[in-house]
Amino acid sequence: GHAAVLAVPLASIVRPCPLPVPAGAFPGRPEPAGSTLEAFCGPRALEQPRKFTDKHEWISVDNGIGTVGISNFAQEALGDVVYCSLPEVGTKLNKHDEFGALESVKAASELYSPLTGEVTEINAALAENPGLVNKSCYQDGWLIKMTVENPTELDELMSEDAYEKYIKSIEE
Amino acid sequence: ATRPGCRAGRPGGTRSPEALTGLLMVPFAGWSLPAHYAPGHLESHLHTRRHCSLFDVSHMLQSRVYGRDRVKFMESLVVGDIAELKPDQGTLTLLTNEKGGIVDDLIVTNTSEEHLYVVSNAGCADKDLAIMKDRVKELQAAGSDVHLEVMDNALLALQGPSMARVLQAGLSNDLGKLSFMNSATMTVFGVPGCRVTRCGYTGEDGVEISVPAARAVELVERLLGDPEVWLAGLAARDSLRLEAGLCLYGNDIDETITPVEASLVWTLGKRRRTAMDFPGAAVIMAQIKEKPKRRRVGLTSEGPPVRAHTAILGPEGRRIGTVTSGCPSPSLRKNIAMGYVEAAYGRAGTALAVEVRKQQHPALVTKMPFVPTHYYMAK
Repeated sequence: GHAAVLAVPLASIVRPCPLPVPAGAFPGRPEPAGSTLEAFCGPRALEQPRKFTDKHEWISVDNGIGTVGISNFAQEALGDVVYCSLPEVGTKLNKHDEFGALESVKAASELYSPLTGEVTEINAALAENPGLVNKSCYQDGWLIKMTVENPTELDELMSEDAYEKYIKSIEE
Repeated sequence: ATRPGCRAGRPGGTRSPEALTGLLMVPFAGWSLPAHYAPGHLESHLHTRRHCSLFDVSHMLQSRVYGRDRVKFMESLVVGDIAELKPDQGTLTLLTNEKGGIVDDLIVTNTSEEHLYVVSNAGCADKDLAIMKDRVKELQAAGSDVHLEVMDNALLALQGPSMARVLQAGLSNDLGKLSFMNSATMTVFGVPGCRVTRCGYTGEDGVEISVPAARAVELVERLLGDPEVWLAGLAARDSLRLEAGLCLYGNDIDETITPVEASLVWTLGKRRRTAMDFPGAAVIMAQIKEKPKRRRVGLTSEGPPVRAHTAILGPEGRRIGTVTSGCPSPSLRKNIAMGYVEAAYGRAGTALAVEVRKQQHPALVTKMPFVPTHYYMAK
């Protein structure tokens, strides 16, 4: 097996920033501050636009290196991430290959490579602070960086608009 | 929204008021139930351990058994000593089949109001009802005095160390006199006719309140009026019961598993063992004598969380069992699980391994409960 496993303790198990909640979902409790998507996931990235898979990973390519994470929809569905299993640097991935998993108390969610390429870096901050995936899924909570062997594969992924429509279609 | 959020998800039922709708609703035994509420699973779990949480568990089947022969009826189905229960005392017991398999786990209370009060699992409601109705008919045909009533009450579980303080504010009865697994009918926050049983599924001090459905929302709102009380869903219920070492029917026990294998021999009444008069007694008593081939144990580990269906490996790397429930424990910050292993490997402290995503990780057989329980005993 290529998936080396980070020894991630269940540190920072209480996520300080609660999920955005619909009004009235929790009576008698104050609304968490900054419950919009933007406040939640940080400012929009200045780099290349993100492309999305139907498994809810995103990738953003800059100078031939793709940064991979999971979408806000995915992190909300998964809940508090308490453990990240990520591959070793140098792992070769085909498009759709399983490359690790994110774990909440409730369930494990497998991760699938959006493209063909080689892992060049993993987000070491997640070892100490797996909750970054919830707090900042598009910025500090990125998962791996990888080479892009076949740039035409990018065209097969969804734009942000197409992904939003896709989420709406599966929520209905 | 006149109907309680309780029962609200039943197919064809009315919708739950917004206030009782979880952030994520999931299907469960034909119901739509909240997995968790706004603060999320983790915070909800820890809140229950430090304060208290309210769980709507109205999906569970509540029934009453009336008649002179009600104890005989119940003992013909379950392994426990129902006759020895004091007035208003309850017990966890097991409904078994002729092969000694566990058909359901349920709480039976010998109420002082001339009936047995029975709470069974939602997922087993249909088969339990069929079994009970058949036995009632059989016994009635033989001249026995027994009849069954399915209740329409909501069931609310209030669980956690501050439960007693919160609930006492709405009672004229002294909750300090109500010990674990004891029950009484009370007026709770102005709602009469509530059966309050000191029990639960979290390992904490707690009660389950059976409340007439028409006034359940009112009671929920009164309880939520105390900032100490948070609504909790199925997700926290599951991780809390696992920390407390309690079985989930369908995961950890089912009709292919006997009480002996499930390490639930303590539920067999002493008199019942001697009389061997419960379903499957021959199989179960023989298994006690000969020792079972497999048994349910607790496991702890570091590394990736261990989930149901994970393979358990012996010291030589051979598969010797399977995990039936597992999660990262929010209280202990390590992985906890329960599962079945070959009996030779069942001793606490035995070093085993679990295989997660094709990699082996050390795991230790660990005594349950994983987190100390805090059941209340009146002085």
